[in-house]
Amino acid sequence: MGMITALANPQRFMTVSRVAAPILAAIAVLLAVVGLWLGFSAPPDYQQGATVRIMFIHVPAAWLGMFAYACLAGSSFFGLIFRHSLADAAARAAAPLGAGFTFLALVTGSFWGRPMWGAWWVWDARLTSFLVLFLFYIGYMALQASIDDEAKAARAGAILALVGAINLPIVKYSVDWWNSLHQGESIFLKGGPALAPVYLWPLGLMAFAYTFGFLALWMTRIQAEIWRRRAGALAVQGAR
Amino acid sequence: MSGFGVLMRRELALAWGRGGGPVVAVAFYACVATLLPLAVGASPQRLAAVAPGSAWLALALASLLSLERLFERDYEDGALDLLALGPAPLEIVAVAKCLAQWISTGLPLALFTPVAATALGADPRLIPLTFASAVLGGLGFAFVGGIGAALSLGTRRGGVLIAVIVLPLFVPLVILGAGAIEALAGGLNWTPGFLLLGAYSLAFMGLGPFAMAAACRNALA
Amino acid sequence: MPNLEFGKYAAYIVPSYLISAAGVVWMIADTLLRARRWRREVARREAARDKRQGPS
Repeated sequence: MGMITALANPQRFMTVSRVAAPILAAIAVLLAVVGLWLGFSAPPDYQQGATVRIMFIHVPAAWLGMFAYACLAGSSFFGLIFRHSLADAAARAAAPLGAGFTFLALVTGSFWGRPMWGAWWVWDARLTSFLVLFLFYIGYMALQASIDDEAKAARAGAILALVGAINLPIVKYSVDWWNSLHQGESIFLKGGPALAPVYLWPLGLMAFAYTFGFLALWMTRIQAEIWRRRAGALAVQGAR
Repeated sequence: MSGFGVLMRRELALAWGRGGGPVVAVAFYACVATLLPLAVGASPQRLAAVAPGSAWLALALASLLSLERLFERDYEDGALDLLALGPAPLEIVAVAKCLAQWISTGLPLALFTPVAATALGADPRLIPLTFASAVLGGLGFAFVGGIGAALSLGTRRGGVLIAVIVLPLFVPLVILGAGAIEALAGGLNWTPGFLLLGAYSLAFMGLGPFAMAAACRNALA
Repeated sequence: MPNLEFGKYAAYIVPSYLISAAGVVWMIADTLLRARRWRREVARREAARDKRQGPS
């Protein structure tokens, strides 16, 4: 909590992020290199063959899609309750990144499933939930883009983000229930302890790599947002 | 409580008179129900398989129709400002508007949904559940849709933006409502879906007005 | 050692990685370009403002 309040000052945020973002990016690259090395060194899976390699870029992308939305919703909450413009900027900045990672999760998920299911897309519980998540991102960005006033756009977006956050678990549950009606099993292997360590390590490293990469990009985007607002304020000043 | 009665009367009059009220929504619904066999082919088995779900899809789309004007008219002519300053909290105003929307548009559509589903070939014994879930679903569509309508106030994008915001939020309603009917059709347990549909609609009847009021205040500020 | 033999699955693995790489590159590029663009804009407007106000 102390770190959050320390970063909450825009000036302090700029100085911290100017150092932190490149460091996080460097760590992300390092982890990704090691992760991919290990991932491709692992033997092909008994059932899936070499396509198991796709897991190393699919699962982290999916995780980031959800994590970014959590960041978006959390920032929205702070921005709404405390009327903090940095939180507003953070929420706005997280959206395109989250949408990008969700999109990658959908595409890699499709490629991963094609050899196994014989179809480019199935309405599996996971993929369907992620498609809905992607649509939530699109709606959020569309709303923000259509409101000119910064503060109003931020508040409206925040309300939508929080409504969406409440909806997401319900979407997940209802999609699961709907899927179970049609006797579909979860086509994706359940990760976690069932996964062999030889796959778990690269997966974990890639997940961290993606996460650090997201944090670095998010910080940089927030910087861009702050500069954009400052440019806007200067334009208003100059007009006088 | 009489204050709420006045509000409801006003909103019902607006909703009923607005652009033909339920007639337009039902007409739209009939068009969609007619287009479906034209698009999918009139083979009875295929139609019957998709009938309940398509009826629900058409219900979702028809519910989108009147959303745009839910807050917009009052916003444009200043009535929303007055309502915001008035004795009733904006949250109650939102409840009145969405309830009126549901009564004037949602219920007629709910009456029509089993008709359309049966016309498309659904089993007649599905009718009671179809009607019940359409009634509950209509309530959910009104209160969730109202959030989208309130958030889009002041933007000039109107209907399309509302659709983009609201349709993803409609997903649980469609899955649960249509899913319950499909479950019954397949002889599976339909109660979880139906109960969750009711819970979802009622939950948004409770929570939605807060979001709508916050969005209205934001637009008016 | 990395095993790059994909056999018949190459058609799925390679595009997945290529698209992911393209997506990540796009996110990085878009973010950096935005940051650079607005930083320059602020610098430009501050310079214009200072010039208008004259040396203070």
